[in-house]
Formats: sequence, structure tokens, C-alpha cells
Amino acid sequence: MIRIGSFIQKNWDWRAASNFMFGGTGSGLLMLLVIATYPNAPPLPVELVALAFVGAGLSMVWLEIGRPWRFINVFFHPETSWMTREAFVAGVTFVLALAGIVLEMPVLVAASAVGAAGFLYCQGQILKASKGIPAWREPAVVPLIIATGLTEGAAALLVLMALFGGATPVWLEYLLLGLLAVRMIAWSSYRGALVASNAPPAALAALEKIGGVTLWAGNVLPAVLIALPFVIPSLGASLAVVGSVLALLSGWHVKFTIVTQAAQVQGYAFGKLTKGHPLANKAR
Amino acid sequence: MTRYVMVADLRRCVGCQTCTAACKQTNATPPGVQWRKVLDIELGEYPNVERVFMPVGCQHCEDPPCMHVCPSTATGQREDGIVTIDYDICIGCAYCAVACPYQARYKVDKPSYAYDAGPTQTETKRFDEARLGVAQKCTFCSDRVDSGKAKGLVPGIDPEATPACVNACIADALHFGNLEDMDSNVSTLLTENTYFQMHVELGTKPGFYYLWDKEHV
Repeated sequence: MIRIGSFIQKNWDWRAASNFMFGGTGSGLLMLLVIATYPNAPPLPVELVALAFVGAGLSMVWLEIGRPWRFINVFFHPETSWMTREAFVAGVTFVLALAGIVLEMPVLVAASAVGAAGFLYCQGQILKASKGIPAWREPAVVPLIIATGLTEGAAALLVLMALFGGATPVWLEYLLLGLLAVRMIAWSSYRGALVASNAPPAALAALEKIGGVTLWAGNVLPAVLIALPFVIPSLGASLAVVGSVLALLSGWHVKFTIVTQAAQVQGYAFGKLTKGHPLANKAR
Repeated sequence: MTRYVMVADLRRCVGCQTCTAACKQTNATPPGVQWRKVLDIELGEYPNVERVFMPVGCQHCEDPPCMHVCPSTATGQREDGIVTIDYDICIGCAYCAVACPYQARYKVDKPSYAYDAGPTQTETKRFDEARLGVAQKCTFCSDRVDSGKAKGLVPGIDPEATPACVNACIADALHFGNLEDMDSNVSTLLTENTYFQMHVELGTKPGFYYLWDKEHV
């Protein structure tokens, strides 16, 4: 295909990328926090951090929109807009989580985790619906966004539990190892799908550029650091924390790159020649 | 039923950009914003090359992705197929801009003028604050179409009811009309010539047809 005039889009910048970075981490963290603690109430600081991540991402988007005081209009189109759906789900998630804290009802916090799952799914679909950006509309972006959101959430939970002095459940470390593997598969599938769909070379190059660091520093090294204390217990849990930080930063790096560096527009092209009146062709 | 579409005859277009200028004059778009523009494309490899001029802009898709993603319902579609933007509702999230595979949408956050010294008299007179911080794009000159129709004129035939870019075309390369009318100017052109639509694989069903006779896919 002859592609004419593809350039990198500038409409969504680091602020939009922040929503995918922080929103993915926050929603993943909230989900795993509930899984780790239910039926007990989760530690308040960790829960607030999760909500703060989601809130920070949405605030960044608010800073980016051209008419911020019309933000309420974002709720007008739930029929087809994934941005509206994301906003609705975010609102429900916040209300449930905060109500759970105030009323001391862990079941409400657990329900907010379902909202967080919906929020993460919406984030993937927002990118997929962006038909003008080949690197975003690729369907494989949805599992990648979900996989990295969960990985970041698990990594953040591990770090926060260590920070707040709680014991890190062993299953969480195993889960993070599994999620790192899943994320690598999703990342690899996504890049393969982009090559197969003839994405703009500049978009492929931007992703290729971070391929090595994502694989080795963002996934393999964290996996090694998290797994090592299992083999050599004397190394202590701090290695797992370092590994988790790397896993978290890698997820942010990947999403930042996809949104700001690999976002070449579709460009123009010639199409396949057709004969006959379009309506007559449609009727056939 | 009415479905307004545009037909661009690439065999006739000479790349003069008169349509671009007419659009800018009619719609008072700021520097850097071109609701209508003409691409200057070089095809082939030396020494077998040719130049093709391709007018582009909003394709007024039958199934517009910009409308589906719009969270505020600012982007809509009229019964005659023209895709619209309500500047008073738009929040300026630019989701439509990244959803459009035709790079047809613009967002301008601050006033900008042709000269550093400030706005010209015309720019001052025609400045529209409502267009700041929101999405904007080609309207198929829907105001002209509507006012012309109200006078009993035929869009695409009578200049007063026809988009400015079409009226301005010096090479008779741009045409506008009702696709649903099998006897209309655009229907005749599409029946008698080979043509393509851009990015049909994306399912947008664009309302912009390019008359052309060589495969470049």
C-alpha cells in the first residue's frame, strides 16, 4: 500500500498518556488489593493510593481538553463512546470505593474492584476505537493494556505492602511472575500484529526502539529479581521490591511510547478501483 | 432520500489549491488549518514517475468513527449524510481527531493569525471564539447548501447552493451532489468512470469519491 503523509499525531500528548499509565496502574492495583484482602477491609493508605492513581490520570486528561469547564459533557454518549463509558465506570468506582471506606463495608470496596476492571477494559477499547492511528486501533492493544495494567497493579501492590510494613503474600509474587510472562506475550503479539497489518514504519521503529529495554529491563530482570529470593532466601524481599518497581516503570514506558511516539496517523492512500454506481454496487 | 457526496476527478485536478484558498476565505480558518487541501503526490520511481494531485478533507463518512467516539455528542450526522460538529457542546478532547483516518479534524487552542503583528481587519471581523479549544473540520458548506435549498436551488448545480471549494475549482475536478439521485451530476460521473474511495477497509464508507483509472494499491 502506498501511504502518503503519515505523521505523528499531536492531539494526545503526555497528559493523555498519563491517563493510560496511572489509570492502568490504579485500576490494576485496586483489583488486586481487593483480591488480596477480601473479605477484610483493605489497608486504607493502599486503597487511597490506588484511587489517587486513577484520579491523577483523569486529572491529566482534564488538563488536556480544550474546554475543561464543559467536562460534564463527557457523560453524554454512553451508547458508543468508550471515553464516556470510561468516565461513567470511573465515577462508579470512586463512589463505591469511598462509600466502602466511609461505611466500613468491604463488599462495596470489592464492588469497586469490578468497576476498576471495567475501567481498565475501557482504556484498551479507547485506543482500539481510534481508527486514525494504526498503532492504537490494532485489536491486540486491548489485551496488552489489560495485561500491563494488571502487572503494574501487582507490582505496585507488592511495593506498597513492603512500604507500609505488611507481609507480602507469596502468591502475589507468583502472580506477578505470571503476569510478567503474560505481558510479554501480549507485547509480542501486539508488535507482531502491527507488522502484519502494515502499520507505518515510523510507528514500528518507535516500538522496536524500546523492544530491548522492555524485554530485558522491564520483564526479564524484574522476573529474576522477584524469583531469586525463592531460590536464595538470604537475599531478602528487597530484591522483589526493586523488581516490582522496574516492572511498573516498564509498563508506563510502553504506554507512554505507544501514545506519544508510535502514534503515526493513518495517512492518505489510493484505493481499489471500482466501476458502477455505488448504490447499484451495494445492492448487488 | 438525500446523500451528499463529493467527487474529485484526479485526472483533471492541477493542484492549483484554489479550492484550498476558497475554503479558507469562506470559512475563515486560521493558519495551519485546512478543511480542504490538495496533496501533491509523486508516484513511481525515476524515471517513470508521475504527479497526482489529490484533494482531501472530511470525507463525511456514512459510518463516521469520529461520531461514534465523541463522548459529548458534539459530532453528529444529518439525514443528508453531512457530518457536523456542535461547537457549543464539544469539550475539545480530540478523540475524534485520533479516530479520523483522514486527518480531517483540527483543534486550535489559542487565536493565531497570518502575521505576527496581530490580526488583520478581516481576521478581527471574522474571529469566532466558539471555535477555540474544540474540534473543527469541513462542513461541506452546509450553510450554503441549506440556504440555497431554501431558495429552491440544487446543491452541486447552482453555485449558491454548492460548497465553496467546488465553485472555485478551475479545472472542473471537484463535484458535489446527491448520490441517491441516480440522475444527479455525481451519480453520472460515478456511473461513467472508474473510481476509488479511501480506506474503505476501515469500514467508514466515505462520502468522497476519487475518479481515477490506474491501480496503485
